Amino acid sequence: MKSDAFLDITDVVCPITFVKTKVALEDLDDGQILELRLNDGEPVQNVPRSLKDEGHKVLTLEDNGDGTFTLWIEKAGLS
Amino acid sequence: MSQLTNEQLERYSRHIILEQVGGKGQKKILSAKVLIIGTGGLGAPAAMYLAAAGVGHIGLVDFDTVDLSNLQRQIIHLTNDVGKAKTQSGRETINAMNPDVQVHAYDEQVTAANIRDIIGDLDYDFIIDGTDNFPAKFLINDACVLMRKPFSHAGIIRFQGQTMTYVPDKSPCYRCVFPKMPPKDAVPTCRQAGVLGVMGGVIGTIQATEALKFVLGIGELLTGYLLTYDALTMTFRKIKIPRNRRCNICGEQPTITELFDYEQPTCSFGR
Ligand SMILES: [Zn+2]
Repeated sequence: MKSDAFLDITDVVCPITFVKTKVALEDLDDGQILELRLNDGEPVQNVPRSLKDEGHKVLTLEDNGDGTFTLWIEKAGLS
Repeated sequence: MSQLTNEQLERYSRHIILEQVGGKGQKKILSAKVLIIGTGGLGAPAAMYLAAAGVGHIGLVDFDTVDLSNLQRQIIHLTNDVGKAKTQSGRETINAMNPDVQVHAYDEQVTAANIRDIIGDLDYDFIIDGTDNFPAKFLINDACVLMRKPFSHAGIIRFQGQTMTYVPDKSPCYRCVFPKMPPKDAVPTCRQAGVLGVMGGVIGTIQATEALKFVLGIGELLTGYLLTYDALTMTFRKIKIPRNRRCNICGEQPTITELFDYEQPTCSFGR
């Protein structure tokens, strides 16, 4: 799937996972897509939910098979 | 403005998470310029919260030195600071709190002669009146109205506090509510008037909140209202105040068009 930006948040923990994702989305235009690499467990449970709460569209979640996931998010124009 | 550093993303994470703030809002805070007049009971907590919030430029105006009797409420000054200029002591505390903040010190009392230059020095975005006397409060109001600058007024005495926010064209000014200086014998001298130390914390923190909301452009400011606080009965009241069309400075036919100083009642007891 094509994306307009890529962010890896496997090296940080809550709440910086969400903070970094949120700031990365702010830099995109509405409708653009962020590709996000995140860890299994707490991040994959909470980050997509927080992004939906802010109105963004979570498109696909893919298991990379190495304890990480890739999430595609479409920016929605709230912020 | 440049990107937030990883350290800033972490330091301000609880701000950035807020839907109404975000990274964009935090950048606004980091480039904001807030002037705090008086680093006493009100100005001290206001300055500290604004410093913690990452307000990029904080101006501190005070001509006094730290006195032992200040420490019961002026929490930006520490025991070791007694005798130091308050602006210097304030600067040291802020520098220790947050390296993102630049402190601009003005070691003087605001007067009709210098207040325009002080506010204009950095073209401050928002002004906090943390002074403890009526002449300064009227002067700050008049200067902000004439210079079209938003500001937060506040006062504390004993167990009581009050605050209101002025925004040009949008709200009544301090003179709309209090047209004239109170008569001298009606004003308790500072010797007679004690104040519970926490009063400045409650009201000064509200002033800092208003500054942050203004900078962020969020929520509703305390414009058109006077908020009063009685700590003994734990009562907050939000009193609606109208604009006074006949206000001497912001009314339809203003009579005050230039700044002037009221006579300063003298008091040597620590502020
Ligand atoms: Zn007025």
